Amino acid sequence: MKQAIGSAAQQEHGMWYAHRFLILRRLSQSLIILLFLLGPVFGIWIMRGNLASSTVFDTVPLSDPYVFAQLLFAGHIPEANAIIGVSIVLAFYFFVGGRAYCSWVCPINMVTDLAAWLRRKLGINAHTNIPKRLRLVILAATLLVPLVISIVVWELINPVSMINRAIVFGIGYGWLVLVAIFLLDFAVVRNGWCGHICPMGAFYGLIGKVRLTKVTAVNREQCNNCGDCYMVCPEPQVLKPPLKDAKEGVSPVINDSDCTNCGRCIDVCAPDVFKITISSN
Amino acid sequence: MARKPVKKTRRQFMVNTAQAACSVGVVSSLIGGYAANSSASDAQALRPPGALPTQDFLSACSRCGLCVQACPYDTLKLASWLDNAPNGTPVFDARKTPCEMCDDIPCVPACPTGALDPELTNIDDAKMGIAVIVDRESCLNLNGLRCDICYRVCPLLGKAITLERRQNPRIDYHAILEPVVHADFCTGCGKCEHACITEEPAIKILPVDLAKGKIQDHYQLYWQTDQAKELEAGPDLPKLNIAKPESK
Ligand code: SF4
Ligand code: SF4
Ligand code: SF4
Ligand code: SF4
Repeated sequence: MKQAIGSAAQQEHGMWYAHRFLILRRLSQSLIILLFLLGPVFGIWIMRGNLASSTVFDTVPLSDPYVFAQLLFAGHIPEANAIIGVSIVLAFYFFVGGRAYCSWVCPINMVTDLAAWLRRKLGINAHTNIPKRLRLVILAATLLVPLVISIVVWELINPVSMINRAIVFGIGYGWLVLVAIFLLDFAVVRNGWCGHICPMGAFYGLIGKVRLTKVTAVNREQCNNCGDCYMVCPEPQVLKPPLKDAKEGVSPVINDSDCTNCGRCIDVCAPDVFKITISSN
Repeated sequence: MARKPVKKTRRQFMVNTAQAACSVGVVSSLIGGYAANSSASDAQALRPPGALPTQDFLSACSRCGLCVQACPYDTLKLASWLDNAPNGTPVFDARKTPCEMCDDIPCVPACPTGALDPELTNIDDAKMGIAVIVDRESCLNLNGLRCDICYRVCPLLGKAITLERRQNPRIDYHAILEPVVHADFCTGCGKCEHACITEEPAIKILPVDLAKGKIQDHYQLYWQTDQAKELEAGPDLPKLNIAKPESK
């Protein structure tokens, strides 16, 4: 009988070690929320604003490149403050990988991870096939429409921003979209939101085409074909070539920029095939 | 034989491109329609000081809430989905919490994108909206009482609101002191709407677009033309001999 996903790694490495990236990611996600909440709730102003734009210690500006791109396409040239903020953030994601936003920062990730986890636990396989490039289509539309009508549009409905605002500014009803995303991922489309629809993820995927940090199947010859990494990966299509196509001369580095650098494959792999690596290729 | 697959791929390529373009079109129309609709609701929204005109504001604001957090009086809020303003943009409700017109206008420099115009340095120049007596029938002063509250609380007292004395037609020997708002000076801070003592305020702040009319450019108001001085001096007419009321 097939063992539960990741249990081989847990037996091999112990409970904590086999969840190390998951734990680090949860810490990172919670820390970011906490930093934004410290100000409004306790009056400790380390961070002001939200993920769209913020300031650290009232000096260092940060701005989200996707929101910034929407402003640009709507015809607004933002102030220097936001330009500096966007440059800092872009530089950061050049190091850690664009879609590290998705797995280490984005507040929605906890919900979509929960849905994916429940699916695995309950053995739910319901899946409606929608093309993964739908998110690129939506991304294109969210930049095209502002170009035509000079209004930022995606931020009117962007669940990622809405949840972030809901957490920091306590805005009701934003929670409804969380429920919608959970249900979509839980029972309609596997990795439905992040893997098929969210243009923010698509955008960070595009800027992640150039990145330093990548996951590499360094010990791919040790792979015992248990398939656990495919099961936990939110973008499993990125895994196969580096893992399995050694004969075709494919590099063991996961170069596909849809990889979110979440490290779940590293966690669940008993023979320790994967490593986080720095490579510019 | 060798050519066929090439043709096929080219055809396939064109079909794929057309499909992608059409998908973008479909999604664009949907979200574009929604956006256009929801920005129409913006007509009601009162924006922070220095906010750019509606269209520019909606292309500039990143919905970060830095202005909201900079306001020491908790005046500003980020609109939620159900508010009468595009989701996530900063607004205030004058009846609940008006703008206190801070001297240093902390909300404006907090804005990283320039959606709040950094050129605004004197809060008296702000144009968040314009106060309008929306209901002459319920304004106490217009009913001949002496309320004067809106006039008293106005930070630009005597400029943005004045009390104009006129005769009370009901009781000839009493006056009506009518509060009159002067759009040139009113900043739209909302202190008057906040303070208005009637159950529903008789004076409300309307966004400038709603509050102001406009005359066509071809109308020339003589006092705004170059010849204003000349015309004001008036023609030299012979003095008429008018009987004046007798004075004691
Ligand atoms: S795909 Fe979108 S929602 Fe999902 S983690 Fe990335 S940014 Fe967040
Ligand atoms: S001027 Fe002062 S009171 Fe008015 S919105 Fe700005 S910070 Fe708030
Ligand atoms: S600070 Fe500027 S960009 Fe941020 S919410 Fe306020 S107006 Fe919008
Ligand atoms: S909104 Fe009212 S209180 Fe404020 S400046 Fe205008 S008239 Fe005065």
